[in-house]
Amino acid sequence: MLEKALHGSRRYYIWLAFLGALVIVGAIAYSRQLNYGLGLTGISRDVPWGLYISQFTFLAGISVTGVMVAIPHYLHNFKAFAKVVILGEFLAVAAVIGAILFVVVDLGQPARVMNVLLYPSPWSIMFWDIVVLGAYLLVSIVIGWTALAAEKKGLPVPRWAKVLTYLSIPLAIAVQTVEAFLYAGLPGKDYWATAILAARFLSSAFASGPALLIMICMIIGKVSSFKVLEKAIDALAKIVLYAIVINVFFFLLEVFTALYSQVPAHQVSLTYLFFGYQGHGNLMPFMWAAAILAFIGIFMLAVPKLRHNKKTLVVALLAVFFCGWLDKGLGLVLGGFVPDSFGRVMEYTPTVNEVLIISGIYGIAMLVLTILYKVVIAVRRED
Amino acid sequence: MHKGTRIIAFIAVFLIIATMPFLANHGQASADPEVSLDTPAVNEMPVKQCIEPLQDMRSEHMQILDSWRDRVVREGQTTYVNSVGQPYEMSLDETCLSCHSNREQFCDSCHSYSGVDVYCWSCHDGASNNSNGGVE
Amino acid sequence: MRKRDDQQTKAYESHSLKRRDFLKAALATGAVGLGGAALLRFISPADTEAADWGSPNALGAKHWGLVIDVEKLNRFANFSQIIEACHAHHNVPAVNDPKTEVKWIWQDDFEHCFEELDNAYLSEDIKAQEFLVLCNHCENPSCVRVCPTQATFKRDDGIVCMDYHRCIGCRFCMTGCPYNARSLNFFDPRPYIKEIDPDYPTRTQGVVEKCTLCVERIDQGLPPYCVEASNGAIVFGDLADPESDVRQALQSGLSIRRKAELGAGPSVYYLIGGGVPAVAGGELNA
Repeated sequence: MLEKALHGSRRYYIWLAFLGALVIVGAIAYSRQLNYGLGLTGISRDVPWGLYISQFTFLAGISVTGVMVAIPHYLHNFKAFAKVVILGEFLAVAAVIGAILFVVVDLGQPARVMNVLLYPSPWSIMFWDIVVLGAYLLVSIVIGWTALAAEKKGLPVPRWAKVLTYLSIPLAIAVQTVEAFLYAGLPGKDYWATAILAARFLSSAFASGPALLIMICMIIGKVSSFKVLEKAIDALAKIVLYAIVINVFFFLLEVFTALYSQVPAHQVSLTYLFFGYQGHGNLMPFMWAAAILAFIGIFMLAVPKLRHNKKTLVVALLAVFFCGWLDKGLGLVLGGFVPDSFGRVMEYTPTVNEVLIISGIYGIAMLVLTILYKVVIAVRRED
Repeated sequence: MHKGTRIIAFIAVFLIIATMPFLANHGQASADPEVSLDTPAVNEMPVKQCIEPLQDMRSEHMQILDSWRDRVVREGQTTYVNSVGQPYEMSLDETCLSCHSNREQFCDSCHSYSGVDVYCWSCHDGASNNSNGGVE
Repeated sequence: MRKRDDQQTKAYESHSLKRRDFLKAALATGAVGLGGAALLRFISPADTEAADWGSPNALGAKHWGLVIDVEKLNRFANFSQIIEACHAHHNVPAVNDPKTEVKWIWQDDFEHCFEELDNAYLSEDIKAQEFLVLCNHCENPSCVRVCPTQATFKRDDGIVCMDYHRCIGCRFCMTGCPYNARSLNFFDPRPYIKEIDPDYPTRTQGVVEKCTLCVERIDQGLPPYCVEASNGAIVFGDLADPESDVRQALQSGLSIRRKAELGAGPSVYYLIGGGVPAVAGGELNA
């Protein structure tokens, strides 16, 4: 079926060329980093994790979109999602590939990455993260591909693939939980050491992921003859609404604990993120933007009239998506490192080289997504 | 029919690319590596004997080094007792390189011949790679 | 070529046979996948002859620790000498950028080292005093817990070590250490080393490093460099032994540890306003 990705319109090829250019530029930037070391990034002794790890966390979140579509379809027999399930699985595939690449470019000694498997360390969350992500990637590819092959032949999805889908649901939850545990179990990192971090990760993922999926469905509707049912889009939009409301609620719980207890350790990262600390406040505009976007998104999704209108729906979804990106893909990781164990603040600013590598990886993820979706659309056009 | 021509053309292109390394290096066989033992420490030895028999050193020096590394770094051991009961300090710098002080003519000559890229020297043998331009 | 001595060869082969067999077995399991080989390595017992391989001089202890007498340190010791003794012998690069610097031991004041104990009316004496900070060689080290390759590990004698050969540079340990005691080599460190000490390896780009409590010296029967250079202000010994110098020193006054409330169990104690019985630097209770 993969050969279907070889035939496309001019626009399709221009898009592929654009992504290819991103990837090539990213690869050149990465070869520079490989040569010189992580000194080419903005990370430092005090902020040892930067945008690579935060993008990894964000993309791993996007990957759970697959089950947010699979649960209603397979567990509740929600027929409207029939055509969207495969799209969700393939979005998971592209997102997990991107996430894994972000971990690899983040390593100081990438050639030794196999040491993680050669010396398995079950008490390290990083070990479980790689296990869970790898398993989820494999399962998503197999499910998506099998479902598509069945659709091509006009057959029902085989039984074993359905069993695998059921397995993918706890796996996706595990991806987000393990992801949160990377942060939540570290002594002295009080912004992360919160019992609801995994719940926050899940709610944030269930908002950003489906928001992205709806927008992709709309783009597919524009560029091809394949249309996703209105009913499916509206159901997804409602999922986004509930998820973002829960996510904001969870965040406010954190704010209450910090503000009411007045324990400095609980307060300081939030103070830094929203009001600045010791004269440092690089992230302030981003955090306020995230807060405003969250409320714009919730309002526009909650009003049925605005939700049903394609144009306003897109605005709402963009708001939710970027709110999730700013909160999880920026503030969460960076805020946790302020202040350091000596009470000082070291700020992080990404370098150009780092940003080029990041855009290269997003290029690879979008390339994978484009090719997989192209195959899906081509298969469906034949029906 | 013209498709057949294309297929043949592409097979030819593929064959040329696949055999490129062999074609490019044809008739340029490298000379066998010359492993030099000509260092002050080795010359002074009454019997030129490494820590283990020559054949074993040739075929298994990497396993010995790997085992030394784990023993010293991870288990805090320092002394290696060889097959005839003679003790040696388990140290690449202090033991191996004190005799084989000619790294380029000894280690590197074989490694580069066989295309083995070791990363020992990025940390060890600081003496011959001093940032001030070397010891000598 | 030299004729091989049969006896020698045999002895050596018996020595390395296990290893060869193991390699073969590992290759065989390779078919089962990497996980199989890893599992085999995991369950294969440590070499039996290990006991013969230690140095007779090695110092033994159940739990190595340091006691830093802050007053003595400020009155009798030279901070830069101590730091230099450590950094020069361990080939620690001198990177003059707080973002990418590498340090094993360094100095800071009370308000920063003991942020949680700071108050507005802190005695000027305490404020004026400088402290030395280094890896705390925790009893329950979070860096070891989070490391995905066991590149950082705790020895039986309590020292938290680094295996630079195995480190993949993920920096989870840097994030997990509540003391900021770890540094990454953001680039090749060699150009930043004034003079490479040939007796100690350098590190390479992309690995994390930190204080090792001079484990290489302890294994040879010597005290850490900082202890030796401290003019008696830093006491080194076995915290598990009630008779040791460190335990005696801890009896002499109030001692505090950095962020003890986090439960990592730091093994570096700071003696505040106590009097350490005269102990010459480097005198050991081995």
